[in-house]
Amino acid sequence: MGRKLDPARKEKRGPGRKARKQRGAEVELARFLPPGEPSPAPRRPGSAVPGSLCVNSLVVHNSLTVILPAEPLDLHIIHQRIKGNMEVLQNFGVKREEGRTRQEYLALLRRDMAAYYSYSDFLLKKLMDIFPLPELINFLEANEVPRPVTIRTNTLKTRRRDLAQALINRGVNLDPLGKWSKTGLVIYDSSVPIGATPEYLAGHYMLQGASSLLPVMALAPQENERILDMCCAPGGKTSYIAQLMKNTGMILANDSNAERLRSVVGNLHRLGVTNAVVSNCDGRQFPKVLGGFDRVLLDAPCSGTGVISKDPAVKTSKDEKDILRCAHLQKELILSAIDSVNAASETGGYIVYCTCSITVEENEWVVDYALKKRNVRLVATGLNFGKEGFTRFKDRRFHPSLKSTRRFYPHTHNMDGFFIAKFKKFSNAIPKAQKGSTSSAELSLWVPPVAPFSLLSDEEPAVEAASPLPVPDTIVEPQSKKKKLEGSKVAKGQKKPQSALKKRRSLQAQHRPVKAGRPSPRMLCARVPTRKKSRMNQNEQ
Amino acid sequence: MAPSLRACSSAGRSGSSSEKMAIGENIQLLVDRPDGTYCFRLHRDRVYYVSEKLLKVATSVPRDSLVALGTCFGKFTKTQKFRLSVTALDFLAPYAKYKVWVKPGSEQSFLYGNHVLKSGLGRITENTAQYQGVVVYSMADVPLGFGVAAKSTQDCRKVDPMAIVVFHQADVGEYVRSEDTLT
Repeated sequence: MGRKLDPARKEKRGPGRKARKQRGAEVELARFLPPGEPSPAPRRPGSAVPGSLCVNSLVVHNSLTVILPAEPLDLHIIHQRIKGNMEVLQNFGVKREEGRTRQEYLALLRRDMAAYYSYSDFLLKKLMDIFPLPELINFLEANEVPRPVTIRTNTLKTRRRDLAQALINRGVNLDPLGKWSKTGLVIYDSSVPIGATPEYLAGHYMLQGASSLLPVMALAPQENERILDMCCAPGGKTSYIAQLMKNTGMILANDSNAERLRSVVGNLHRLGVTNAVVSNCDGRQFPKVLGGFDRVLLDAPCSGTGVISKDPAVKTSKDEKDILRCAHLQKELILSAIDSVNAASETGGYIVYCTCSITVEENEWVVDYALKKRNVRLVATGLNFGKEGFTRFKDRRFHPSLKSTRRFYPHTHNMDGFFIAKFKKFSNAIPKAQKGSTSSAELSLWVPPVAPFSLLSDEEPAVEAASPLPVPDTIVEPQSKKKKLEGSKVAKGQKKPQSALKKRRSLQAQHRPVKAGRPSPRMLCARVPTRKKSRMNQNEQ
Repeated sequence: MAPSLRACSSAGRSGSSSEKMAIGENIQLLVDRPDGTYCFRLHRDRVYYVSEKLLKVATSVPRDSLVALGTCFGKFTKTQKFRLSVTALDFLAPYAKYKVWVKPGSEQSFLYGNHVLKSGLGRITENTAQYQGVVVYSMADVPLGFGVAAKSTQDCRKVDPMAIVVFHQADVGEYVRSEDTLT
């Protein structure tokens, strides 16, 4: 009895019944799974035993692929295997198993990570291209936890100190957001719902992620300017712009989604913004609706790969097509954003492009495209943190000035993944598309999904659909592209010398881009009537 | 074709509402401002209070796609009655002639759309007549909404604690409760 109570003796005891039982269990486990040692640390340092864990892990993988469908994966084992393989990959020469290539390791690692964090294989591949391995793990882990709740003080109605005091009195635990923001507060915990306090209802603050303060700070709106917020819902950034302008000048808050505009109107009124006009246009129509703005904020619709912690559905729901579709829309939007700015503006002439996505296709690529297409250059965003944008990515080379764009990640900055680029427009002239090949290649990305439709309809669109192929259709081609980009601005006189047939074709092409522009994610259904219309036109002809 | 943004003539449909809306002749101050010309405009049965500069910009937006401009003051109902909405509060509160303050305990109740009871009444402007439009404040002087005095100041002293003293018309809780119907 004394023996049981004495801790010293207890420690000295040899492997007892419990330990034997445990070992029995391990042996049993090992019969099903070749020994996936849970604590491989003692063996690792010597590395005399060649790649203990990784050997196993690869074997485990091979045997598991057979078992996989039958029994559910043990996440713990997978996690161990991810860790092991990560370590191997970082010191591949020493720790790898003989005869295994890096590709094999990477493929296994990717499959494991996809299973463990439940991502689609495609998205994980994309992420692997963006991040080095240790960072990738951090990123994936950061996506599993929510970002802190942050609010922005509405300086139109109150001061941050007063607001903080009022909220503390209601039992909210908060802190200033960081040195870079004078208006942000981060909420640790709260005994009252933070979105329904009397202060919130009175418009003293706005619930807003830290990352969405940044584009507005980069935009740096001045008083008495004309500003366009192209995709404004739910109005957080718009109201921040109004606050920085002290309710002077004017803001045109636009969004293409009428449903989401309700919250914009509600928020703007609640926050006491009086200098805003809210409109419901397609952003791509923009220089036509109204132009000559001093600054434009384009918070483009995106695939949302930076906000996975908010919307985990992104993990599996996005594929290559979705991303390219977004990228295409973004390219159209960024051109109309640039066209809406007045380069001769005394105080402005700036465009800020931002997305809550971290893929290169939706960010650097779009920015690079805009640099080629318009008289703009990139300038510093004025944010002294964040990572530089890529100037080279796999086989792509972007303009070196892309260094001045900024990327923000959940794991490094504890805010949503974000990308911000700031342009300065230096001329209102639109450069002629001199390199037809590059531009068509980039726009043609979008053509394949359209092609089947147009091939079905008539021969005229079929010509169009074929044009993005490398066959040089020099006369019609660049013009149609240009039409696509700038709408009605090309002088009509240019077409005169061409033959009647060509004229007709290019006129067709003039209609066509609108159609090609249509199939944005939610407009697929809207395309059918348009096609009918164009077919009717053809019949008339 | 009617112009896209019609002016509300002061003798017209919204004329008498300024009396009701607790600011009386102070409405003059809303139109004659030192910082530019402001006006009321009707768009899709809603009345917007907007500066003329902003108005010019808004005219270039197609009428169908124009959702809101400046500040919405209220709307005309299908039977052509004018209803002030809570969005007008920012402009009513500074000019309000008759005010009611509610105690912190019954703040929440008012923000959920209930009338103000005598027990929740903190203060009330002297000489408030019965059925006078009043702006409701919290004790920290944050405007919470507006309503109509159910009792005059004199009567308020006598009534029992559970009697209604201010009828609820609009409160800032509507920003959350009925965001969809604000516009």
